[in-house]
Amino acid sequence: MQASLQKAIAALITKMADDELILGHRNSEWTGLGPVMEEDIAFSSMAQDKIGHAWALYRILQEHLGGEDPDTFAFMRAAADFTCCHLVEMPIGTYDFSLMRHFLFDHAEAVRYESLQQCSFLPLQQLGKKVKGELKYHTLHANAWLLQLCKGGGEGHRRMQAALDNCFALACGIFEPGTDDDLLADAGIYPGEQALYEKWLNTIYPVLVKASLNLPDPAAVAPQYGGRYGKHTTYLQPLLEEMGEVFRLDPGASW
Amino acid sequence: MTTTQNITAAIYNALEQVMDPEIPVLNVLELGMITGVALDNGTACIKMIPTFAACPAISVIQQNIRTTVHKLTGLPVRVSIDHDVQWNSNRLTETAKQKLRDFGIAAPQKNTGSAPEEIMLNTPCPHCHSENTYLRSPFGSALCRAIHYCKDCGMVFEQFKPVE
Repeated sequence: MQASLQKAIAALITKMADDELILGHRNSEWTGLGPVMEEDIAFSSMAQDKIGHAWALYRILQEHLGGEDPDTFAFMRAAADFTCCHLVEMPIGTYDFSLMRHFLFDHAEAVRYESLQQCSFLPLQQLGKKVKGELKYHTLHANAWLLQLCKGGGEGHRRMQAALDNCFALACGIFEPGTDDDLLADAGIYPGEQALYEKWLNTIYPVLVKASLNLPDPAAVAPQYGGRYGKHTTYLQPLLEEMGEVFRLDPGASW
Repeated sequence: MTTTQNITAAIYNALEQVMDPEIPVLNVLELGMITGVALDNGTACIKMIPTFAACPAISVIQQNIRTTVHKLTGLPVRVSIDHDVQWNSNRLTETAKQKLRDFGIAAPQKNTGSAPEEIMLNTPCPHCHSENTYLRSPFGSALCRAIHYCKDCGMVFEQFKPVE
């Protein structure tokens, strides 16, 4: 494999894994605080899934692309070396925000993993098959709560609409174009961010309609970009400090 | 039987003793986690797959396989993850499904590719066998479980959920 393609695949895997690691950490902040017990368990379980998927992706970097040990890579990097999008960095806020983020992100991820079913880089295609089935429970969960809260009308609907208005530009930032998207598309790795973005809009739109929510006009929204190039919100640095605190006490320790 | 067949049978017998730490009535064979057993120059080589990508029990299970197979066969043991096969819930044997129900956990429906929709309603209650049930949450006390409610006996119960 050409070095330039190898580098592009590594960058794609890193941004996917960084998104999952950081959102996994955010989801785990609901443990013990969920509005009802089932939601406490659901966000905790999704945290476990996300962090597990991140680990599996970092593992592919290590085994096939000359990457570091997954724990070291996850816990020892500086914020500027992370390529997660801004959406996942945001604090959990209130439940409506976290639920809307979960809805928008997990549908984006489902579209992404679906596209990897045809990936020409075998390790990513194999992982894609595994994750795709598991993600169906994430989108099922997001859709069910979104519809339930919105169909109740009143405050539920109002707050979910406000959460959508707050999250949408951030969520569009998931699809910040990469410098090597064309190279990756030509090599049959994945179709590129623009194609995924369009598929994502087509996936979320019918659910939002069912929930009587108004999607902000995508053409009028300025996506919140920067994360894929190491420019982050002020929320990432404190998160990284907290997440890696124990690991950094003794990086050589065996767990 | 040849010696190799005898030894392979002994390895399988040993694997029957390796239980899932979260569902201690099921062994790794019944869960469909073993994809290959071979002898390589006197070493037992066992290929396995995790049920869920993020299953936290996987390294414990690997360690238990090494310890148990070594103890019962005396052979050196090598356990590796098989990346060519992905686990799905249809890999659970019928015996495993019955043991699950006896343990109080509903078994997964046969997965035909639309798993999440199929579990919304009518998952049979492991306590009273009623199908008058609904899904409370797709997430339960372990990654592989969902929570249901039985409208007939009034019990909340867990299910090993179907995954493609």
